[in-house]
Amino acid sequence: MGRMKTIARRTFLIGSAAIAGGVVFGTYAYKKPIPNPLKASAITPYVLIDAQGITLIAPRAEMGQGVQTTLAALLAEEMDLDWDQVQVMHGPASRAYFNAAVLEEGVPFAPTDESWLAETARGAMHIPARFLGLQITGGSSSTPDAFDKMRAAGAVARVALVQAAARREGLDAAMLKTASGAVVLPDGRKIPYAELAQDAANSDLPEVPPLKPQSEWRLLGTSLPRKDMLGKVTGTAQFTADIRHPGMLFATARSNPGLGAGLASYDATAALALPGVEKVVEVPGGLAVVANSTWAAFKAAELISYDWEPAPYAATSEEMLAQTAASFTPESQDSRNRDDGDVEAALTSGDWSAEYTVPYLAHATMEPMTAGAWLQNGRLQVWAGNQLPTQVLKEAAAITGLEEAAIDVETPLMGGGFGRRAEMDFIKQAIHVAKAMEGRPVLLTWTREEDMTHDAYRPMAMARIKGAVADGKITALDVQLAAPSVMGSQMGRLGMALPGPDATIVQGAWEQPYTFPNYRTTGYRVPAGVPVGSWRSVGASQNAFFHESAVDELAHLAGVDPLELRLSQIDHAPSRKVLEAVAAASNWGSVPAGRARGLAFCLSFGVPTAQVIEVEQGQDGLRMTQAWAAVDVGTALDPSIIEAQVQGGMIFGLSAAIHGEITFEGGQAQQQNFPDYDALRLPYCPPISVAILQNGDKIRGVGEPGTPPAAPALANAIFAATGQRLRSLPLGKVIAFA
Amino acid sequence: MAYTLTVNGESKTLEMPGDTPLLWALRDGLHLTGTKYGCGVAACGACTVHLDGVAVRSCQTALEDAVGTQITTIEGIGTPAALAPIQAAWLEHQVAQCGYCQSGQIMQAASLLAENPTPTDADIDAAMEGNLCRCGTYPRIRAAIHSAAAKMKG
Repeated sequence: MGRMKTIARRTFLIGSAAIAGGVVFGTYAYKKPIPNPLKASAITPYVLIDAQGITLIAPRAEMGQGVQTTLAALLAEEMDLDWDQVQVMHGPASRAYFNAAVLEEGVPFAPTDESWLAETARGAMHIPARFLGLQITGGSSSTPDAFDKMRAAGAVARVALVQAAARREGLDAAMLKTASGAVVLPDGRKIPYAELAQDAANSDLPEVPPLKPQSEWRLLGTSLPRKDMLGKVTGTAQFTADIRHPGMLFATARSNPGLGAGLASYDATAALALPGVEKVVEVPGGLAVVANSTWAAFKAAELISYDWEPAPYAATSEEMLAQTAASFTPESQDSRNRDDGDVEAALTSGDWSAEYTVPYLAHATMEPMTAGAWLQNGRLQVWAGNQLPTQVLKEAAAITGLEEAAIDVETPLMGGGFGRRAEMDFIKQAIHVAKAMEGRPVLLTWTREEDMTHDAYRPMAMARIKGAVADGKITALDVQLAAPSVMGSQMGRLGMALPGPDATIVQGAWEQPYTFPNYRTTGYRVPAGVPVGSWRSVGASQNAFFHESAVDELAHLAGVDPLELRLSQIDHAPSRKVLEAVAAASNWGSVPAGRARGLAFCLSFGVPTAQVIEVEQGQDGLRMTQAWAAVDVGTALDPSIIEAQVQGGMIFGLSAAIHGEITFEGGQAQQQNFPDYDALRLPYCPPISVAILQNGDKIRGVGEPGTPPAAPALANAIFAATGQRLRSLPLGKVIAFA
Repeated sequence: MAYTLTVNGESKTLEMPGDTPLLWALRDGLHLTGTKYGCGVAACGACTVHLDGVAVRSCQTALEDAVGTQITTIEGIGTPAALAPIQAAWLEHQVAQCGYCQSGQIMQAASLLAENPTPTDADIDAAMEGNLCRCGTYPRIRAAIHSAAAKMKG
């Protein structure tokens, strides 16, 4: 419990009570308390009990992954609340809600490495997270970050309530129990938490008591009805664009399609003459049009003539591909996190080698980028689905000159995130418009075309892989990966620099639990060009395709079943078990006549994931007939949500594998809307069965790990079905799917 | 110009140009925000509503053309307190993830079931192909449609 106490002491605060001692990484600034962002009736930053009932703060953004349900369940479990007593909200932007786990993925230690050094490096990541006050949703980190914190917050709140009841009744706290949101007295009387909340909030917080053992969980480990479901099936759930204020204006923005370049001049005469148009405002990247309806703003933006400055990067995809191919040089080497055995000695020039490529990808969330802002009486209100609310606060202060205390950031439900809403571009534009329209609330909505052509894209990337086999095993694998730095690009836009190598260039390849005796992974950094960003599973989204295609090719070269090869060269037990589970579920050894299967594996975000896809060649094309996935999340908190995330992650990966490609001409993204950037649709989606395993030692998040193996599993299935080895995506350019 | 629409059984008047897509008339004119904007080109289905009981893309329907029809939106087929059978099936199967496309999915599925109370998988494929979901809720959408069909059959 030593570490638990530390976490609790620096996390649970009442008002200005100083909580410091016992901190592992002690410096003055680090120990300074962060004020509770909630009002005085809040017991901790996570629990609010008032006349409206019991509200739990789940300070991670809900973008469909069910995080608010799971985070609330962690609190409700320890507080002995019934599930129907609980309401959930995201809460304000606050440094109190920093996320430490998100940075752990960046350390140069494989998730399977539990050495002292690796653990220390991961622990050290908690210091910058706290300094930066990074309230972030991403990196499949919310559940690992919250697992101890939120349960401890619930436990502390429960003890505080019990102590308040003990004081009131003049009883020993040890005689009191809790159930269904009430303290139960020895005589059976119940005092609802609501009656005790004020007293509990005004008293000193107790030490964190021992948490419930897993065997006593009532809510955790079960499939709970999601808190956001009723609103989402009735159209009453509020996304950013659904929030209405009296006198609200509607806006849209047009930015330079040459990303990052400016607007030389423009003529908005015709736009301003359109009925309903109020104003044209200069915003970062271009212009915003403000009108009395979103449609009027969309139409007016079409009527403006823009003279854009040229894009500050290569004009075409062909040039970008050439730049990528030219980056496999010693000068461009970014990392070599793995170098087992002697790859140089083990490989000869005649050995197998292959080159793989993937294109840029857009996030294409169903809800285009949308943000609202309202500046009045020296206060700014911002409402925008986003994955970085503390950064929104910073940007808003910089744009308006207001103190952060004069700014409220609300994070409504998001119509998909996938990493896109960690960007600030659309939110900054909305704040600029609110500044220009002071006194009036403004809702800024991007068109789908603006959204698709102004993304921070998943980068184009290339792999050159060499390998050798002998006696049915891979004896050497040399994996060379070239991509621009996602972290460098993303942090640059946040005004920060990335020190050192970018682990995302090799993520999903370097840390795989294979035991090839000669095994090397080298990352090469392609010069920065088109803005690139985090796209569900980040580097693993391309590197799993490269790595697992190569492993499959080498298995065939060695004349060994791809499952057997993996099982014979992976010694990490949880990884072996997901392979065995997916093999058992799919009855891997016996394939129905006329069908073929592909297998892929990837350890990403600490979650070993194996997938099998079955295909059948029909008259109309190749059809995915079935799919199976197995994941190991360490501890499964909500099986229904995990199943949905794994299925959804896999479908997201298949959409990209079959359809996804953004190309550039004249420095501009060519794909505008879903007709030319399509995604998997219902008729093409196979049934997907998901096995959830719990052999890993740590709890893991599951928003991303379902994505990486999808593309290689499908490409490997196509090879098994047709003998055709496809080394570049999207596969739909070559294969007709039915 | 002022137009009067019949939305969810109620008569509503709003002042917007006649060529405004019904989507924006509903959202910005009448503040009925359950119907979503996804693409504006009838490629995603997020804006699906019923005109006289049939699923249409409200982003492609002009306000003036909707006059005189019975318009039904997601808010009109059921409420949190009184769910339509299709909504109850969505809840039972915990279909939604981000939820943004689900109003359109539900309206499309409701239209399918009104026309065909016992759809096969192939019928579901044909009816639902135009409704995009980026979270990948398709397996549960299919299960929920079958489940709603079974319940409605009684």
